Amino acid sequence: MFDGFINSLYIVASIFFILSLGGLSHQESAVRGNVFGILGMILAVGGTIAAKSLDNIGIVIGMMAVGGVIGILVTMRVQMTAMPQLVAILHSLVGLAAVFVGFANYIEPLVEYEGAEKLVHEIEVYIGVLIGAITFTGSVAAFGKLQGVISSRPLMLPLRHWLNLVIAIVCIWLGAEFIGAEAQADGTKFLLIMTVLAFLLGLHLVLAIGGADMPVVISMLNSYSGWAAAATGFMLSSDLLILVGALVGSSGAILSYIMCRAMNRHFVSVIMGGFGTSGGSASASDIGGEISEILPDEASALLGSSKSVVIVPGYGMAVAHAQHPVAEMTRKLRDKGIEVRFAIHPVAGRMPGHMNVLLAEARVPYDIVLEMDEINPEMPDTDVILVIGANDIVNPSAQDSDDGPIAGMPVIEVWKARHTIVLKRSMASGYAGVDNPLFYKENNRMLFGDAKDSIDKLVTMIE
Amino acid sequence: MKIGVVKELDSLERRVALTPATVPKLVQKGFEVLVESGAGEHASFDDSAYESAGAKIASTVDSLWQEADLIAKVRSPGDSEIERLRSGQCVIAFLWPAQNPDTLQKLANRGVSALSMDAVPRISRAQKLDALSSMANVAGYRAVIESAHHFGRFFGGQITAAGRMPPAKIMIIGAGVAGLSAIGAATSLGAIVRAFDTRPEVKEQVESMGAEFLELDFEEEGSGAGGYAKVMSKEFIEAEMKLFAEQAREVDIIITTALIPGRPAPELITDEMVRSMKPGSVIVDLAAEQGGNCALTQADQVVVENGVSIIGYTDLPSRLPAQSSELYASNIVNFIDDLSPDNDGEIVLDMDDDVIRGATVVKDGEITWPPPKVEVSQQPQKTAPEPKEEPADALPKKKFKLAPYAFVLALASILAVGLFAPPSFLVHFTVFVLAIFVGWHVIWNVTPALHTPLMSVTNAISGIIIVGALLEIGAVNPWVKGLAAVSILIASINIFGGFFITRRMLKMFQK
Repeated sequence: MFDGFINSLYIVASIFFILSLGGLSHQESAVRGNVFGILGMILAVGGTIAAKSLDNIGIVIGMMAVGGVIGILVTMRVQMTAMPQLVAILHSLVGLAAVFVGFANYIEPLVEYEGAEKLVHEIEVYIGVLIGAITFTGSVAAFGKLQGVISSRPLMLPLRHWLNLVIAIVCIWLGAEFIGAEAQADGTKFLLIMTVLAFLLGLHLVLAIGGADMPVVISMLNSYSGWAAAATGFMLSSDLLILVGALVGSSGAILSYIMCRAMNRHFVSVIMGGFGTSGGSASASDIGGEISEILPDEASALLGSSKSVVIVPGYGMAVAHAQHPVAEMTRKLRDKGIEVRFAIHPVAGRMPGHMNVLLAEARVPYDIVLEMDEINPEMPDTDVILVIGANDIVNPSAQDSDDGPIAGMPVIEVWKARHTIVLKRSMASGYAGVDNPLFYKENNRMLFGDAKDSIDKLVTMIE
Repeated sequence: MKIGVVKELDSLERRVALTPATVPKLVQKGFEVLVESGAGEHASFDDSAYESAGAKIASTVDSLWQEADLIAKVRSPGDSEIERLRSGQCVIAFLWPAQNPDTLQKLANRGVSALSMDAVPRISRAQKLDALSSMANVAGYRAVIESAHHFGRFFGGQITAAGRMPPAKIMIIGAGVAGLSAIGAATSLGAIVRAFDTRPEVKEQVESMGAEFLELDFEEEGSGAGGYAKVMSKEFIEAEMKLFAEQAREVDIIITTALIPGRPAPELITDEMVRSMKPGSVIVDLAAEQGGNCALTQADQVVVENGVSIIGYTDLPSRLPAQSSELYASNIVNFIDDLSPDNDGEIVLDMDDDVIRGATVVKDGEITWPPPKVEVSQQPQKTAPEPKEEPADALPKKKFKLAPYAFVLALASILAVGLFAPPSFLVHFTVFVLAIFVGWHVIWNVTPALHTPLMSVTNAISGIIIVGALLEIGAVNPWVKGLAAVSILIASINIFGGFFITRRMLKMFQK
């Protein structure tokens, strides 16, 4: 009777989770979606505690209180520019929890299994721990890169693909040994060795991926954390865990897919690290031509005399923390009756939707923040485009040339506008190492300097 | 060094070589500027404006010619002016060295150096001193204004209580700087504009200015060196003339800007075409000075033939004197800036510099024109499109064919699982597979702006792993209990942190 009730509680919780994800698809319903998620979680956790953990209610409440306080304190203080690393470190916790629960469950299963069911259960444990371990160290590595603790350049070990392959094969072999192990102590030993190897694999996989591919990595790790939860669900025969894990897993997979499509690259080539197979051939140096600089006073005059302005932010805006002055400038221009909009490339920044969050933080109204596909057709009617700390996502050679690392990548067609102003610290090339012909176009001007300083100057000069 | 600005002697010339706005830039660089009294009169710049900008008004004309080291002019100096030049002086103006070899010789005889603004090579670096483009821009604009003046109707269509007025139809031949400027002026007056050019690559520019690009059913590349047009084949010209004849019957205004460097202007609008036009129509011929694109054009005249006004003014830039002077003066200042690399108020004719070499037509009494060839092109090099097409077509096909295989494979592996796995597993497996599909469909429509909140909320939700830890917390083994407790802790960080940060972010999103 009571078990049935708990199960129906889980069903309701699952419905809430689905509604939560659905709610997040639009601005209007997003807040409601978050509330649904919280409700689902209360039902799921509350029901489980009531059914299974009443004996240990003290530990449970204590641990949850400590964890809850840590979680809220950290997220209350975190800066919006640091969102990618926060998300990464949160992913790592799910991975670690999956590893712990896997070990706990192997050592002391909830139910004694026999025959085929025992075999299946052991496979489930093994896979759950494996995914959890990869998620854990992968997320830690991603966190390190985003936080700047580790260099964001891809780590290129010799024979790195072979290294990954060897680890994978050894893991499979260990898996076979693990399943065959009679005594629990032997099994635990194999499981431990595999965990260490999986830790290394996760670390190595992410270290080999460069900074600008982080949107894919973050959403991939998001996906992994879901699959880890689902595997744990199989291991514990919990449909709730399976369902929620699969939801999260597929959502992360979709995001990864969207990000890869936005870069016109294959998922496999991204997660295997490095930059495709063409390896950045020398398409760069032969562009030549002269760049023309613009000073802030001229730039502000140009902006002030235009009718429509589009701002294209990139990771540089996040690095310089320039979102607040940018928003201030936007307000001033809009007060003058100038139409200002933002064009967001799907992979701008270090995580999916990174730029949107920064602009939202600076109180830029979300209805003037448009996606690449929405704004591209309007480029020819735009007077001035301000490119702030972006490079590869506005590179015309992605469309013009047939080779090179970014060929075929969809880009924001800024060069079709009447004027473009590129804010940049120096003439260094973008992450992909490709020179950008945009800088040499006749209607382009460069505004050199730190993005925040430059925009601050523009703000004071626009009356 | 002193720069002298003289009054133009030509009666049709209203421009002046330097304007009050540009004087301070030269003074800043250490030059002195001497202006002849009344030099800017026709362009609405009076002497006092020059003086307050930091220039000196020369006491007499003679003293100016005597004192100045560099004479800045618009038109090529006439004989009386050349006589005033002294050896070692430098003169800068539109000299048209190809058309006026005599002038060059006379200048050389005086032992001066002469810089011709029209001989500046057309390379990107020299754009800021490209006076031909500046003037063409003004001419194109003025051509539209002149045509509007002679055209007895509105440009833009209107629907009023008194009836409906159709918009004027304008054809512009030649989409160079002047043509594009004319397109811009005509479209902003509300006319329907069509433009033709032998160079297909200008199509995009024409369309970006809001005009329709007229095309022939004929393939021939019309770009010559330096982004100018070249002479076309006979067949091409026939097809072109047919197009113009058709258009002439339909349009109200024709503006022709077709010029091929160093040649008489091609005749594009025949007598017959003019006769086929509606009475009241207007033709503005920007090539009038080189003989005209229209058979009936007379230089500096407005001819009315069969009710069609044919405007052959050769002084269109001068008819907008303040604007043209401003642009020309900026070009001159930019040029002087290039000539004076040390910013010390002195100029150096560095003959190794392509731009300066091209513009210097006489150096210290020696004719240095024509300059050695500089091969330049502003247009990006085009590669043959044919071989490209095939692989470009094949690639996406290859990519997409993978999907059905993967799908079939996935279905097959699901069936395979059913063959071997125990029934209890299959129940869970059902939930798993269906949840993936639900997730896929729910997430697919998420607006990209919400990707970050979505990730943080899924992150919080994946804290559901706490349920696993809650199930294990009842274990007897202290190790297991410990692991479960730690798991509860870290999963809680996830749940609380994830939901909280999502809430924080979503609150920021506002209209």
